[in-house]
Amino acid sequence: MPSRSLLLDERAIARTLQRMASQVVEQNRGTEGLLLVGIQRRGVELAERIARLIETAEGVDIPRGKLDITLYRDDLQAVGARPVVGETRLPGSLDDRTVVIVDDVLYTGRTVRAALDEFADFGRPRRILLCVLVDRGGRELPIHPDIAGLTITTRPGDRVDVSVSELDGRDAVELARGD
Amino acid sequence: MPALGKDLIGLETLTADQIRLILDTAEPFKEVSERAIKKVPALRGKTIVNLFFEASTRTRISFEFAEKRLSADTVNVASAGSSVSKGETLVDTARNLEAMRIDMVVIRHGSSGAAQFLGERIASNVINAGDGKHEHPTQGLLDLLTLRDRFGSIAGLKVAICGDILHSRVARSNIWGLTKLGAEVAVCGPPSLLPRHVEELGVTVLPRIEDAIAWADALNILRLQLERMQAGFIPSLREYNRVFGVTRDRLARAPKDLVILHPGPMNRGVEIDSDVADGPFSVILPQVTNGVAVRMAVLYLLAGGTTAVSAAARGEAT
Repeated sequence: MPSRSLLLDERAIARTLQRMASQVVEQNRGTEGLLLVGIQRRGVELAERIARLIETAEGVDIPRGKLDITLYRDDLQAVGARPVVGETRLPGSLDDRTVVIVDDVLYTGRTVRAALDEFADFGRPRRILLCVLVDRGGRELPIHPDIAGLTITTRPGDRVDVSVSELDGRDAVELARGD
Repeated sequence: MPALGKDLIGLETLTADQIRLILDTAEPFKEVSERAIKKVPALRGKTIVNLFFEASTRTRISFEFAEKRLSADTVNVASAGSSVSKGETLVDTARNLEAMRIDMVVIRHGSSGAAQFLGERIASNVINAGDGKHEHPTQGLLDLLTLRDRFGSIAGLKVAICGDILHSRVARSNIWGLTKLGAEVAVCGPPSLLPRHVEELGVTVLPRIEDAIAWADALNILRLQLERMQAGFIPSLREYNRVFGVTRDRLARAPKDLVILHPGPMNRGVEIDSDVADGPFSVILPQVTNGVAVRMAVLYLLAGGTTAVSAAARGEAT
């Protein structure tokens, strides 16, 4: 029987996102040229929340986009039935912007690799930052987050589940230990 | 379970869920064609042969764009100028291509059943781009997508398919797709151009174009396929236009504004007048745009299916 433990509850997530929002502005030295791009699916909701927190704190509009990396995956030849492709929408040009990739969990790094490839087809950002709610280790590529809400060590059989109220009815980060 | 199986032969053999899966998958592909760099790497390394035994501009180019925007490598084979004109059989041509390690074949052929025949004999995925009077599934799908864009949903729509139903694979694919998704379908055309027992496909026959216009939400106006008519199916093109042509005057008497589809190429002034084809309710060009997205969706979904070969192919491959 796999055990489940709560890593972050609703209030802890709110505090963590607040800190991440500050770090985004700090690392960009302001809000100039910022574009927050959420990775489908839960990254989109997290990007939206971080953008709203920055807007409240700084009093400026923060553009956001969404990215589906399915068509850029490196394992498409191996998977059986094709995964469903979500929507990609990026506002305007990426040139000379600071693009912040927002995702829920960073694990192997392959999703981020695919996102970097996809951005290259949309333009040439001045800088790309990686911002994740949970870094669970286990990287298979030389990719490192610039901003991580929570850093934990996990085993390959484990699962980190991020729930967001917009999609799942509640906010939570849980760790399900594998056997 | 593979989403679609190995081949796409027609809409008759697909379930409503499979048709919806293709339409839903086509949605994100519309956006790919709006990008500055209109290309994603999903089918990188796949080799696709476009095997066209009949003339085609729109469908062939649409498939080629779809393939290239998914990063597949493509080869076009036309019957003229290939060994087909030296008398090679369809299966031999395909087997030779397959010996060069291809992944998919898109085939258009004048004989009904050619795509299925090929699909049962080679291991590559086969996509029917029109076979005789049988089916033209990607055309049917792009018509469905265009109608869904316009009306939000197919269920409950009234669609009249007008003109040369007898020679039309587009009509057949439309009838299967529309009825499976819950639309009401009527056909309208001269009795000489309606297939016998067409009612058995679940459609109503409306004998006059005025009746179709009064009844329908959308008209799918088919091309008069003059090249397939050896005998006198209609007295003259002028008379056809006078009795069955979709004209602005006739549409003006309709109780509502009808959405106008045409699979092209159009015979302006025969089955459709220019005023209608270029009018505000025509979705003829959106159909073409959607064609690329639908074909990308089909290629993408088939490439992910299993490469399990049908029993016939396994028997002959040894």
